[in-house]
Amino acid sequence: MKSTRATQEPRWVRYTLLSVGLGFLFFFLGLPLVAVFVEALAQGLPVYLEALKEPETRSAIGLTVGIALAVLPFNIVFGVAAAWAIAKFDFKGKSLLITLIDLPFAVSPVVAGLIFILLFGAQGTFGPWLAEHDLKIIFAVPGMIIATLFITFPFIARELIPLMQSQGKDEEEAAVSLGASGWQMFWRVTLPNIKWGLLYGVILSNARAMGEFGAVSVVSGHIRGETNTLPLHVEILYNEYNAIGAFAAASILALLALVTLVAKTIVEWRMKKETEMLNTVLAPEKT
Amino acid sequence: MSSFRKSVSALLLSLVASAALADATLLNASYDVARDVYKDFNPMFQKYWKAKAGESLELKQSHGGSTKQVRAVADGLEADVVTMNQANDIEFLADKGLVAKDWAKKFPNNASPYTSAMVFIVRKGNPKAIKDWSDVAAPGVQMIIPHPKNTGNGRNTYLSAWAWALKQPGGNDQKAQEFLGKLLKNAPLFAAGGRDATTTFMQRKMGDVLITFESEAEMIAKEFGKGEFEVVYPSLTMQTEFPVALVEKVVDKKGTRKQAQAYLEYLWSKDGQENAAQNYLRPRDPELLKKYAAQFPAVKTFTVDEVFGGANKAFAVHFKDGGSFDQIYVQK
Amino acid sequence: MAAKTHRVLPGFGLALGYTLVYLSLLILLPLGGMVLKASELGFGQIIDIALSERSLAAFRVTFGASLIAALINGFFGLIVAWILVRYPFPGKRFVDALVDLPFALPTAVAGITLATLYAGNGWLGRYIEPLGFKVAYTPWGIVVALTFITLPFVVRTLQPVIEDIETEVEEAAASLGASRWQTFVKVIFPAIFPALLTGFALAFARAVGEYGSVIFIAGNLPLISEITPLLIISKLEQYDVLGATALAVVMLGLSFILLLAVNVLQWWTANRHKNNEPLEVTAAKAGGVA
Repeated sequence: MKSTRATQEPRWVRYTLLSVGLGFLFFFLGLPLVAVFVEALAQGLPVYLEALKEPETRSAIGLTVGIALAVLPFNIVFGVAAAWAIAKFDFKGKSLLITLIDLPFAVSPVVAGLIFILLFGAQGTFGPWLAEHDLKIIFAVPGMIIATLFITFPFIARELIPLMQSQGKDEEEAAVSLGASGWQMFWRVTLPNIKWGLLYGVILSNARAMGEFGAVSVVSGHIRGETNTLPLHVEILYNEYNAIGAFAAASILALLALVTLVAKTIVEWRMKKETEMLNTVLAPEKT
Repeated sequence: MSSFRKSVSALLLSLVASAALADATLLNASYDVARDVYKDFNPMFQKYWKAKAGESLELKQSHGGSTKQVRAVADGLEADVVTMNQANDIEFLADKGLVAKDWAKKFPNNASPYTSAMVFIVRKGNPKAIKDWSDVAAPGVQMIIPHPKNTGNGRNTYLSAWAWALKQPGGNDQKAQEFLGKLLKNAPLFAAGGRDATTTFMQRKMGDVLITFESEAEMIAKEFGKGEFEVVYPSLTMQTEFPVALVEKVVDKKGTRKQAQAYLEYLWSKDGQENAAQNYLRPRDPELLKKYAAQFPAVKTFTVDEVFGGANKAFAVHFKDGGSFDQIYVQK
Repeated sequence: MAAKTHRVLPGFGLALGYTLVYLSLLILLPLGGMVLKASELGFGQIIDIALSERSLAAFRVTFGASLIAALINGFFGLIVAWILVRYPFPGKRFVDALVDLPFALPTAVAGITLATLYAGNGWLGRYIEPLGFKVAYTPWGIVVALTFITLPFVVRTLQPVIEDIETEVEEAAASLGASRWQTFVKVIFPAIFPALLTGFALAFARAVGEYGSVIFIAGNLPLISEITPLLIISKLEQYDVLGATALAVVMLGLSFILLLAVNVLQWWTANRHKNNEPLEVTAAKAGGVA
């Protein structure tokens, strides 16, 4: 009884925190989500499903998921590398480096699109060269991928840095001093330690990649069925007085975000099973 | 992993597939709400062109804010034709050398195949008795419009009110600016765009009058029901034009001049004009205008060229930084 | 970036090298290009644009609303992260997944939805406005939109760190006689504070640049509820790419300074509270006060 005194808050504190936290989420997240679905289902489920069947909506969904997947490996490799260098080693200018990594967040998405127009557009720095070689970056999928990379650049690194800092480097140092190679140490020690942070980072950057509007809008060219992502398509539908279609498409994005729920649950379930198996194997020896 | 591979190959396929089937492909870069117009128009032209030239065409559409679209074209979006809702946007492309300098003369009617007018949308029964611009500026009336500086829709409203004030007895630029100051005080907000203004007025029930394109009124009826509002025509308002042009640089490069030219010309054909009328845009064809007279009541309009000496000039005087709109807010 | 005398862990050169190359190509090169473009205007003109009355008002609104939104998220985000990690409650998984929603929802949809909720006849607005508090189409609308848009940052940066706190430390502190509050203040809070600052900084940075959602709920009245990104768009509507980049560069500079300040502070606190000392010492510190 006494031992839980300091590891658990008093009951009233727990209930207060729960109601404050959940209340905040209800007003700031729950209600908007409900409102999106209410709008999308305003004329019933059949109309909702019909709106999603539109070929342009479906091609937009494909493009959105495709871009998110294309961006993912780049972000993971960069995120882990940057976090490893920053969290585990001391060097000068570290705060500056972190700030530079944060910078894309502070760039207004419209401006983010604009800077790639300034680089690759017909009037831009590399524009004439690209045109000469008949290479299309802007107003085509490559440009949209680059803009999304820019927008989602900091997520995984920023998720991992504080986590790896708080973990310190004792475990890795122990592994290395016991003779593990660099990659062994990474796969066996580091990765298991940071898996939750990495997962959160992936989930966040994924959500952001799929939901991004401003930057992608500038470089996409809005060609229907070709360079229209789901968020761009939502805007067009809304402007065309197709509110049902717009909110239906938006609800798909919300659902895609909720897919993370499934992903996280599966990962948790698998790991629980693994530890259970390990425990049953080790149990006889322990007693 | 396999699903990953699948979506990547789907992505690549979607990039390659489009080019294969048609004899030629045209891209029409257009303004925001033009989709309904071209959704019906494009198949009509495809059929026409197949019969006439024996070619099957692929027609692609790109829609967005008018200014954003022309900037994209200037930055390399390979549109064969631009169909916009602001003349100054096409002027911009002409300045960049993408569109002929005399683009307005290349097609009839100032190169604008159809027109619309700025109208008042008021609540059912017109409870505030809003009949003309002076009523909108009256104390206690709230007006919902998109941002006058950043949206074409808002700019048209601003210029309509200005022209009306100018034409009043003893009207001059100074009085017009004073009137606009009074009018803008009645705007509790500037909506993000035309559609957002509509939502604010119709769904959120804010304001007494919404000012927008005549053609929008029908879109509003489609979404919110006809009985919910009334359309009021002021004593003078702007005839808004929807200019079109060939993007010379692109059609030369792609070798699509013939098709693109025919595409735009077809907008003035009987079918093209009727399609515009069915989308609540005033056709240029006088016969059709008569046929759809119930839909398009007579209204006294002016054009930007008549009152303001051209779209570019109107823009420079009123909406550039430091222009009349800014002066109303920043008295310096 | 001077190398230290000896390192046990491998991969520093590779990791840092890759980081710097990738950062330069994707971020620094484009941003550098933007600064170069803006510099075509000349310093004096950039300053003129930045110090015009409209710009100054917009900066005030943008940075002020972003700061308030980030503070709101800092406070509530900590509570949300805490209950998501520590307390069991029904529907927890669903709530957990919900946190990412603001990123996935296109910003325009968020703005439209929030404006509808907080408008005079909306689900929330109809109860709030009679109290004399208007949210939609006022600067408070901007705060609401920014709070929504940046909500995931604090929660998601705190969650893994809270998950990582070893309960042994808390137990040790308790066994040494610390009260729960003392344990929180002396043991838990120092451990999560750097992450909290990170989340705060990220939320703030993201809020400053946000455009898509804000314009639908702000009202966009000059000098009152105009945000800086709207002024940038306004310049683009005038085909004034140079002016737009100039304003963007000024904004970037301000954000950079603020972010750097927070990151230096964060680094300083992280070092100060670094757990180089054994668990018992930390625990004893907390307990010792009791």
